[in-house]
Amino acid sequence: MDFFAFLIDGLLIGFVYGIAAMGLTLIWGVMNVINLSHGAIITLGMFGVYLAFAELGLHPYLGIVLVGMAGLLTGMVIYAVAIHRVINAPHLSTLLATFAVNMIIIGIGTAYFTTNARNVDFSLGSVKAGPVNIQVTRLVAAAFSVAVTGSLYFFLYRTKYGKYIRAVSNNREAAELMGIPSAFILALSFGLGTMLAGIAGGMIATFFPFTILSGGTYEVKSFVIGVLGGIGNPLGALIGGILLGIFEGVMPYFTETSWVPVFEFGLFVAILLFRPQGLLGAKK
Amino acid sequence: MTTQGTDAKPQNELLNTLLDNFKIWTKKLSHPGLWITIVGVFILGYLPIADQSPEAAFANATARESTFTILMSIVLVSSLNILLGYTGYVSFGHIVFYGLGGYVGLYTIIEHQWPLWKAMAAGGAAAGVLALVLGSAILRLRGAYFALATIGINEAMRAFVSNYDPFGGAVGLSIHFRVYRETYGSYQDAFLVMYKAMLGLAIAAVVLSYLVKSSKFGLGLMAIREDEDASDIMGVIPYRSKIIAYMLSAILPGMVGVVFFFKASTIEPAAAFKLHTSIEWLVMIMLGGFGTIMGPVLGAYGYQNLRTILLTSEFFKNIQLAVAGLMLLGIILFIPAGLIGWLRRHISFTRRVLT
Amino acid sequence: MMILQVKGVSKRFGGLQALSNVTVDVPPGQILGLIGPNGAGKTTLFNVINGVYKPEEGEVIFKGKNVVGKKPYRLAHMGLSRTHQIVRPLKDLTVRENVMVGACFGSQNLSLGKAARIADEVLEFVRLRERANQLAGSLNVGQKKRLEMARSLAARPNLLLLDEVLAGLNPTEIAQMVEIVKEIRTRNTTIIMIEHVMHAVMKVSDQMLVLDFGKPIAYGTPSEIANNPKVIEAYLGDSSLADQFNAELAAKSAATAE
Repeated sequence: MDFFAFLIDGLLIGFVYGIAAMGLTLIWGVMNVINLSHGAIITLGMFGVYLAFAELGLHPYLGIVLVGMAGLLTGMVIYAVAIHRVINAPHLSTLLATFAVNMIIIGIGTAYFTTNARNVDFSLGSVKAGPVNIQVTRLVAAAFSVAVTGSLYFFLYRTKYGKYIRAVSNNREAAELMGIPSAFILALSFGLGTMLAGIAGGMIATFFPFTILSGGTYEVKSFVIGVLGGIGNPLGALIGGILLGIFEGVMPYFTETSWVPVFEFGLFVAILLFRPQGLLGAKK
Repeated sequence: MTTQGTDAKPQNELLNTLLDNFKIWTKKLSHPGLWITIVGVFILGYLPIADQSPEAAFANATARESTFTILMSIVLVSSLNILLGYTGYVSFGHIVFYGLGGYVGLYTIIEHQWPLWKAMAAGGAAAGVLALVLGSAILRLRGAYFALATIGINEAMRAFVSNYDPFGGAVGLSIHFRVYRETYGSYQDAFLVMYKAMLGLAIAAVVLSYLVKSSKFGLGLMAIREDEDASDIMGVIPYRSKIIAYMLSAILPGMVGVVFFFKASTIEPAAAFKLHTSIEWLVMIMLGGFGTIMGPVLGAYGYQNLRTILLTSEFFKNIQLAVAGLMLLGIILFIPAGLIGWLRRHISFTRRVLT
Repeated sequence: MMILQVKGVSKRFGGLQALSNVTVDVPPGQILGLIGPNGAGKTTLFNVINGVYKPEEGEVIFKGKNVVGKKPYRLAHMGLSRTHQIVRPLKDLTVRENVMVGACFGSQNLSLGKAARIADEVLEFVRLRERANQLAGSLNVGQKKRLEMARSLAARPNLLLLDEVLAGLNPTEIAQMVEIVKEIRTRNTTIIMIEHVMHAVMKVSDQMLVLDFGKPIAYGTPSEIANNPKVIEAYLGDSSLADQFNAELAAKSAATAE
């Protein structure tokens, strides 16, 4: 019974991990940028929902939608200010540019919010499924994650701008020659990635307490999931997230919790070494 | 094709070779940039300890502390530059060597009562061996994949050490203050020893990075940085060169870890493998100019001083991190070659002096 | 003894048969011209010879040793050098340092001091001496091609693979480069050159090999190749090249008639 509780718990959180990772690998896949501000943006998502809930009195799920929209705009601004100039420079430049954004966000956030823990005090109760109790917030988050993934696929495969994004991701020079405004498309992709990160942060805020530094953990998890699912493969990210969630949920059943990260990161490095295209294969 | 005539006179050839080597070494060792850097680091390190009386120790305590930090950064950053600046491989998790060195060093000091120098050697050796083993695996990866693997390894190491009982698990290791008193007389005296050790390491780091850069091996590394496949075709052995570069960039940080945590008297996983600190090293390199000798030194000096100023200013204290981030962004966007790189590129005579 | 023997080499990329059963012998001191339409597998053959790709079938015997499966750097140490169709200067190193890489790590395994001396000689030879201290990234295309050449020469190779060193050069530069190639040959370096500039490759080659869709379709002296109907047909498949080929043939026969 215990085992199933762990399993379901992990599985449901895994959906949210998947959305966070999707934001990271979308940016990575399309523009070949590893976004080191990812964790900071997840944190912004958490605090966005917190502010909407605690200061404005909005429903947290409305807060998540607003955070998503704000995330899109924020991401596009970040791209324009911090990344566009170095988009063709070696990796180090984009890595450090996004890390600088991370420092700026965390720096301002720490000054304003301090590093005290916050909490979105909100619950939808739980439902009993056989022997296990499931938090409704987690069920909603999992359903929402599936909806977000579906919308992303619809956007990428059925809309003009989505097709542009895939074209730019395949071959930026060729896309430019075809008259696709690549700068705008890159900004849009970064915005989408940021939006996903923000939404993921918002959903996490409905489960757990958090501080301004909490995003870092999810950033590293997103890396793990990204290489697990294959870079630039949104569905792979979702599946990778679920796998990681289950793994984290079930592992404490077999070993001490403190050993979990050892296996987690060991696995991460092993996948990088032996299957860098991801367990599920990279897809554009 | 250009050997005509020389084959007939082998003794001439030998003479030429000796002459060439002599010229190369005199040229190498007479580079003003090398000496400016060495003397600069020495003066920086020597001033706070010039007067060794107990009163001076008290008066200069703050200066010694902050200079110790700067010297430490110089070693770490100059070492990392061998991998990052010369070879072009971004290691985010380089702190793993510093952390491991610290643990191994403190372990030998606590469990085997080793003196500092011996513990430093052990820490450096451990870091070197770790670099050899890790490098053999992850240096097959290119670009961003390598960078990510270094993060993964650091995190895995931190998680592992948190569970590893000989290293004290999550609590870590602590040195009893008795150790300083019994071996060095007092903590102050012990600190002076550590300080001098750090100064020595800083100068060693500068010399090492200069020797690597001005060697044939260094030329091969820079060829790898510019185009790994093309350099392979020209006969550079990328895999082996990268592993050696990785080891060279790991050993001194391992020794620094020993000195630093010996000074702190305690080590725990979160402090030993702090990813954030590791990324700050990259910032320092970029600030001064990657791939240069002086760049990392100036970057370490500039960054640490800036940090101190920001942390002590009422106004900036709270947003210290944001201001540093803004500066980093400005450098990446507008002066990507760093201070030294920019000067060398834009003011031609500086190329003879700066290196 | 042959310096290079390619025996029945085949290389596949997914569904594409890039090379099928290519065989050719190259005696020392010769210049072999390697021609064929775009996508015929010429560069792939170079990549197989110098160890970048491993062929599925066949052997590559260099200086009497089967080198299939050997890494590119091993072949460089054994005395093989090449240039790239798309130049690959080490941009942030100086022109001299670029050439020193070739000298230091090639077959001679020279020290830095010696390499610097060789670099200056070779740069003189390809007329880049006055640019030795410039960053390689700042050169123009023609200069970069000569740098590429200098880099491979500085290794003092026994066998030199030249991949379209004339492409993108203006007529004066082509003439200069042809002189350089001829000069190299007088120094007893064997050369295989891929080239689209037909009159030039015909002028310098001793033997020529024609590839089409990965298959060798003709081998012989330049005049034999020029009159080989299969070759003309292969080029006719590619209309622009066929025109160029015919025009150049006409120019060449006019020149020889004089």
